[in-house]
Amino acid sequence: MSKLKSIDEIAEKFSDNQVIMIGGFLAVGTPETLVDALVTKGVRNLTVIGNDTSFPDRGIGRLIMSRQIKKAIVSHIGTNKETGRQMTAGEIEVELVPQGTLAERVRSGGAGLGGFLTPTGVGTVVAEGKQVITVNGCTYLLELPLKADIALLKAWKADKSGNLVYRRAARNFNPLMAMAADLVIVEAEEIVEVGELNPDEVVTPGTLVDMILKA
Amino acid sequence: MSDMRERIVKRVARFFKDGDLVNLGIGMPTMVANFIPSDINVMLQSENGFIGLGPSPEAGKEDKDTVNAGGIPVTIVPGGACFDSSMSFALIRGGHVDATVLGALEVDEKGNLANWIVPGKLVPGMGGAMDLVVGAKKVIIAMEHTTKEGAPKILKNCTLPLTAVNVVDYIVTELGVMEVTEEGIVLRELAPGVTAEEIQSKTEARLVIPAHVEIMQ
Repeated sequence: MSKLKSIDEIAEKFSDNQVIMIGGFLAVGTPETLVDALVTKGVRNLTVIGNDTSFPDRGIGRLIMSRQIKKAIVSHIGTNKETGRQMTAGEIEVELVPQGTLAERVRSGGAGLGGFLTPTGVGTVVAEGKQVITVNGCTYLLELPLKADIALLKAWKADKSGNLVYRRAARNFNPLMAMAADLVIVEAEEIVEVGELNPDEVVTPGTLVDMILKA
Repeated sequence: MSDMRERIVKRVARFFKDGDLVNLGIGMPTMVANFIPSDINVMLQSENGFIGLGPSPEAGKEDKDTVNAGGIPVTIVPGGACFDSSMSFALIRGGHVDATVLGALEVDEKGNLANWIVPGKLVPGMGGAMDLVVGAKKVIIAMEHTTKEGAPKILKNCTLPLTAVNVVDYIVTELGVMEVTEEGIVLRELAPGVTAEEIQSKTEARLVIPAHVEIMQ
C-alpha cells in the first residue's frame, strides 16, 4: 500500500485530545502544510510536544493562536507572547523542559528506555517532583520518556518507502520524533523513487514512516 | 555596538584556544564571533543542529534551513557538520564543548547562575541554557556589570530562580574580569581607569583582590 497520501486522508487521523509531536526549531523544520491541516480541522485539547511555540504566524505558534492546545511540552516560549499570556491566565498548561532534556526524553520514548539520568536541572525548579539519583558521586535527575499518538515531521527528501533525508538545521527534533509516535506523518519537499537515495545518507529509515505528503 | 559592549566581547574572545569548540548565546555573546583572533581556529556550535556557524549571509542569499538558535539566517563554514537535537546536546552535556558564553540576570559568589526567568514578568523558558552551563567545560558570563538602574548583578546569593548551581567560571563586564573560585570571586583584570574600589562598590559579593591585577585588554 502506498504511503503517499492526500492531505484529506491525513487529516482523517486527527482528533481531539491527541498527543502530537511536531518537528522544528523556531519553525525551521516544521511541516507547515500538516499544521495547516490541524488548524483547518479544528481539533482541540491537543497536547503538543515540540522545541518551542515558534512565532504567532508560524508552526506550533499557529496552534497557540487558534487555541487548539491544552498542554505544550516545550523548551522555549519567548518568541510567541501569546503562549505566555495563555499560560499566565491559566488557559493552557506549559511544561518547560531544558532543550537537551526534551530531546533525550523524546529519544528515550522512541528507543524503548525507561528514562535517563541527566545533570541538567539539578538544584533548579526543574528538579521539583523528580527523583534525584547519585551515581559515582555525581548527582542526576531521573527524566522520563515522552511518546505521542502522532508525529508530524518535515524532511528535505523522502523516497516512496519513507526513507528520509534532512537538510541543515531543519533536522533538529524530526529524526527523534520519528521513533516516538504511533503514527508518523512526513511532509517532504521532494519525493523520489525507491532506490534513488543513497542508503548511507538516509537518517530516518522508511519503516518508521506511515504517511508521506508532498510539501 | 557600544564601546562598553565591544570591550566585553573583545575580551571574551581572548579566552579561546586553537581547536576549541564554542557555543555562543543569543545577544551580546553572539557578537564575540566577530573578535575571535585570526591566528586560531575556533569552531562554533549552534545548538539547533550544527557545528561550523559562520557569518551572516549576503542580503538575498539567506537559506531557510540555515539559521542560528535565535532563528536568524547564518552560514555554515567549510568543514561544518549537521546533526539532530539529541546529538547536539550530547555534545554539550558530554563535555565536548570547550566553552560557552552567555548573558546573566544574576551571578553569585558560589558560581550559581540565574538567566532564564523573572517570575511574573519574563518567562521565555530555558531553551538550551541549563544544558549548556552544566555541560560546557568553561562557562563565561558576558554582561554589563549592573542593571540599567545601577543595581549589582554579581551577588552573595542569587535571588531569581537558578539556571544551574556552581557552574560559572569567569565573569566579564565593562569594568573587569573575575574568576569564580573555591575562595570566592577573584578579580583578575580591571578595565583601564577603573579602580578595585569602584568595581567592588558596584558588586554585592565580596571580591577577592590579589596583589597583582592585570589591565583588561
